Amino acid sequence: MRRAIAALLRKDLLVELRTKEAVPAMALFAISTFVVFHFGLDRDTVEGDVAAGVLWVTMLFAAVLGINRLFVAEAEQGGFDGFLLAPVERTALLVAKALALLVFLAIVQLVAVPAFAILLLGPDVFQALPALLVVLVLADVGIAVIGTLVSALGIRTRARDLIVPILLLPLLIPVVLAAAQATAPLFAQAGAGPLPGRWLAILAIYDVVFGLIAYAVFDFLLED
Amino acid sequence: MTYGKGLPALAALTTLTLTAALALVFFFAPLDADQGFVQKIFYLHVPMGIVALAGFVAGGVFAVAHLRTRDARHDLRSYVAIHLSLILAVGVLITGSIWARASWGAWWVWDEPMLVVFLIIFLLYACYQPLRFSIEDRDRQARAASVFAITAGAFTPLCFGAVRFAQEAYIHPRTFDSTGVGMPPGMFVTFLVAFVGMTLLFVTLWKYEMAAKHTTFRLRALRRALGGEEDLAPVRRSAAPQSL
Repeated sequence: MRRAIAALLRKDLLVELRTKEAVPAMALFAISTFVVFHFGLDRDTVEGDVAAGVLWVTMLFAAVLGINRLFVAEAEQGGFDGFLLAPVERTALLVAKALALLVFLAIVQLVAVPAFAILLLGPDVFQALPALLVVLVLADVGIAVIGTLVSALGIRTRARDLIVPILLLPLLIPVVLAAAQATAPLFAQAGAGPLPGRWLAILAIYDVVFGLIAYAVFDFLLED
Repeated sequence: MTYGKGLPALAALTTLTLTAALALVFFFAPLDADQGFVQKIFYLHVPMGIVALAGFVAGGVFAVAHLRTRDARHDLRSYVAIHLSLILAVGVLITGSIWARASWGAWWVWDEPMLVVFLIIFLLYACYQPLRFSIEDRDRQARAASVFAITAGAFTPLCFGAVRFAQEAYIHPRTFDSTGVGMPPGMFVTFLVAFVGMTLLFVTLWKYEMAAKHTTFRLRALRRALGGEEDLAPVRRSAAPQSL
């Protein structure tokens, strides 16, 4: 199982490194969205809950782009058949894809969060950074797990590009809500407030529960 | 399997209970001192909400049975339960809006997590039919629908549990809480009858729809046996299961 996951993850990262299909588009999309928010809100700087909302809505939409593409190579070039022929557990694909998505999200945020701090954020980002990292990790795990499940669910439908976002948004609202609530005090104008533990707990519970559900049902999406 | 068995008796019982509930609502239940007549929508709104959510969860339970046994009948059961719950959920949103307008002065209140959570769950389940519709292969459609029904079926109680236990401030009235029932006995009896009536209505409609679908499938199979494929209208692409 562990070797299969490592091999699949290596394959995905290598493919992304060579084609550069998903991550640059996601990062570019995130930065463009910040610019759109600047004009849409007609504000030069944002702070507090507005800043948290702008950041997390942008992260969510950028993630949708990557999630849409997650299984495209497998579906179009026979990767699913090859994987099903291999004598490995099917859940390995779920874990590997979720880890790959997690890496993609981390790289995108490595670009998008500094861009957000420069372009839009009013308060200083550095004192909020350690706590923000905790929220980012917890939220990214939830997005990666649900994203992988929904991507696998939508990949063989006729209207993949439509089905994936409409399924994903309601399922991820709790993540965005909890992440935005947890981030809001960090971006306060008066300086970063304490991290609200309750929302972090909700994020952690979400990650665990949907991780287990995805683990239980993913197999059935691969059968043919 | 015959879903039509006992259906007339069940339908009669449902009609009786719902009529009794309506009579109790208008002639027996005391008028709410605070809200007056508009409070009576509560006897429709709350049972509908509970039954709709229970129907979503039941759809998830049938979906688990479908994935475990690969029996297409469970997929049909799950589909019918979710379909009916979706219709009830529209009713919950409409009656809730009317109540909110009368009681709080606004059709929709974002501050209230109960409303927001219900809307999110409704939006999620509104994707159930498009998801099914966009997959042509019957087996794959059934499996994908079951995976969705299980995920969403877990999402539903989780979100409501989070709202019930996590929030400090709320304005949405709570029918039940840890201290017991928050209403006088006359109201509670009426509520119970209305709730039983709504549950019976759901079960009746579910059985009715199952019986209708089974009959359609059997009729089609018989036609095929009699006249061959060419006499049959081609099966159209559809969100609903088309055969067993």
